[in-house]
Amino acid sequence: MLGLATKDFVLLLVVAVLCLFAPVLLNPFPETSDLAQFNAGYPDLMQRFVIFGIFAIGFNILFGLTGYLSFGHAAFLGVGSYSVVWMFKLLNYNIVPGLLLSLVVSGLFALAIGYVSLRRSGIYFSILTLAFAQMSFALAYSVLTPITNGETGLQVYGNDPQYLQGDSAPNIPHLFGMTMRATETVEFGPWLWQFNAGYYFCAVVMLIAFYLAIRIFRSPFGMMLRAVKSNQQRMRYTGLNPRPYTLAAFVISGMYAGLAGGLMASMDPLAGAERMQWTASGEVVLMTILGGTGTLIGPVLGAGLIKYLENILSKINDNILHQWFAFMPDGLEDFLVAIVHPFIGKGWHLTLGLVFMAVVIFLPGGLVEGGQRIGRLFGRKKPAEAEAKAAAKTPAE
Amino acid sequence: MGILEVKGVNKRFGGLQALGNVNLSVAENTVHAIIGPNGAGKSTLLNCLVGKLIPDTGSVMFDGQSVLGRHPHEINQMGISRVFQTPEIFGDLTVLENMMIPCFARRDGSFRMHAFEQFSHERELIDKAMHMLEEVNMAEKKDMHSASMSRGDKRRLEMAMCLVQEPRLLLLDEPTAGMARADTNNTIDLLKEIKQKRDITMCIIEHDMHVVFSLAERITVLAQGTPLVEDTPDKIKGHPKVQEAYLGEAAH
Ligand SMILES: Nc1ncnc2c1ncn2[C@@H]1O[C@H](COP(=O)(O)OP(=O)(O)O)[C@@H](O)[C@H]1O
Ligand SMILES: [Mg+2]
Repeated sequence: MLGLATKDFVLLLVVAVLCLFAPVLLNPFPETSDLAQFNAGYPDLMQRFVIFGIFAIGFNILFGLTGYLSFGHAAFLGVGSYSVVWMFKLLNYNIVPGLLLSLVVSGLFALAIGYVSLRRSGIYFSILTLAFAQMSFALAYSVLTPITNGETGLQVYGNDPQYLQGDSAPNIPHLFGMTMRATETVEFGPWLWQFNAGYYFCAVVMLIAFYLAIRIFRSPFGMMLRAVKSNQQRMRYTGLNPRPYTLAAFVISGMYAGLAGGLMASMDPLAGAERMQWTASGEVVLMTILGGTGTLIGPVLGAGLIKYLENILSKINDNILHQWFAFMPDGLEDFLVAIVHPFIGKGWHLTLGLVFMAVVIFLPGGLVEGGQRIGRLFGRKKPAEAEAKAAAKTPAE
Repeated sequence: MGILEVKGVNKRFGGLQALGNVNLSVAENTVHAIIGPNGAGKSTLLNCLVGKLIPDTGSVMFDGQSVLGRHPHEINQMGISRVFQTPEIFGDLTVLENMMIPCFARRDGSFRMHAFEQFSHERELIDKAMHMLEEVNMAEKKDMHSASMSRGDKRRLEMAMCLVQEPRLLLLDEPTAGMARADTNNTIDLLKEIKQKRDITMCIIEHDMHVVFSLAERITVLAQGTPLVEDTPDKIKGHPKVQEAYLGEAAH
């Protein structure tokens, strides 16, 4: 179906259903319970899940298939964001022109950076991409201020031309009149579910991006990219020049990143240079490895886990901890709070680091491998999802 | 004029003269063996033919065109395929996928995306790949992860990958090293059969004299980077210089 093998189609379907019900699934705890702070089903975070999912899916096309580790993908993220905000400033708040522009501009940008960086492989390639991204970041902060608005960040001002802005059109980002902020809140007993237009738009874009990625993985082109990773020497002596293949993969993954950056600015019409910083480039590497490099669903899982930890752990503070441990004797309570303290709030990076190390050491295949192992534990009656995850790892037939 | 003409090729690695004034002419549609002790420069010579190394001086012509200064993939597109001394295959791919890559390369030559076509729709190419795998007795291993195969199997796979390209000149660097006797004999039969079926020139480096004398129509003996003699197999067998430089050594 849709040109996919049954296994892949099931995987796509599972992801689609999860996206559809995410506002419900991610809010398992009633609003009134203490655990409500672990709920992730609010629009802002759900948008980030799928947007970073797109970023990681694209990154995986390059890193997972060809093995070229780019440390500069955040540059494309930033370029995508700037493109969208500029379209807001010049045309109107409809997000479509901006997203199209972000694809084009990030594609061109990736073509230029890839053309130069792909002259080297291995660590030198990584360093070149890192250098380009840091250069873009520094330029965005300084010399390019007329385009990027420097430290303040690019945003829409009242005196911007907005040539196509109609009188009745919304004054915030929208898709042909449907604002991205529009949210339908449903109360169901003690539960609170928020169905947000922006999230659903991003989710649809992610599903399309995911579908295209599956097609690429399973295509002859995908096979060539895996051949690049496997043995470039044999490839050359088979009459194939690896460069155009790697460059094409680089541009495609750059465009995914540009699209993700564009979506960020579409949800929140602001673009700052820090989006291009190397930490953002490193984050997508972590997401991909954490989820499972070279697998279909892995990067999406990795992106979800990191964004979840970032947003949920960082919000827990000592007061909340004291509430949790309140039932214990005072001395023990303080002791436990002191132990947990470094892992929460600003210390969530420590937790991320430990999780990352544990995954790399014990589950080199990432979360997907974890899923497969659990699936195997339960023997033949695997849950459909684990089966789909397993399918994500098996190569094309 | 042979299809391959090597003239006055020199190659130095630092102080080591790996190739010294090598002249070699390989006639079209023949099997030409290159023998010589380890370190004689045989692999280095092949490296100069396929663009892996550039000779310090001299010329290498294939079918009247110079190969020097061309990229390896361009040289392959001219019709030269090579089996390496240590198997060079796509270890992360399955056996069938390994075969598919040269099939695509031959069909398209230069870069084509095929990003949205489906692998399973390439029936014609898959049939061709499977047919070749049958010829090397590897059809039942098509879904195996190629890195997990034995050295002999890797070699046969690599040879199949080269043959499916239908090259005009096939370079084989010790193709039967590490193979069991039965596989060696199969390889000899396979190469003979290919030779009968199509126009193909082969240049084969081999230590196993059984293989050399079963296949070769001409033999060049290389020692310390310089060709000692070039002649028919019968003459080479009795040549005193060869006895001394190579066969004598191989005998013990
Ligand atoms: N890339 C290289 N760098 C330095 N020395 C080399 C290189 N390749 C081969 N040699 C040297 O050149 C000589 C010939 O090597 P080679 O062509 O592999 O011999 P053969 O294949 O006949 O056994 C050897 O002494 C080897 O050590
Ligand atoms: Mg050798």
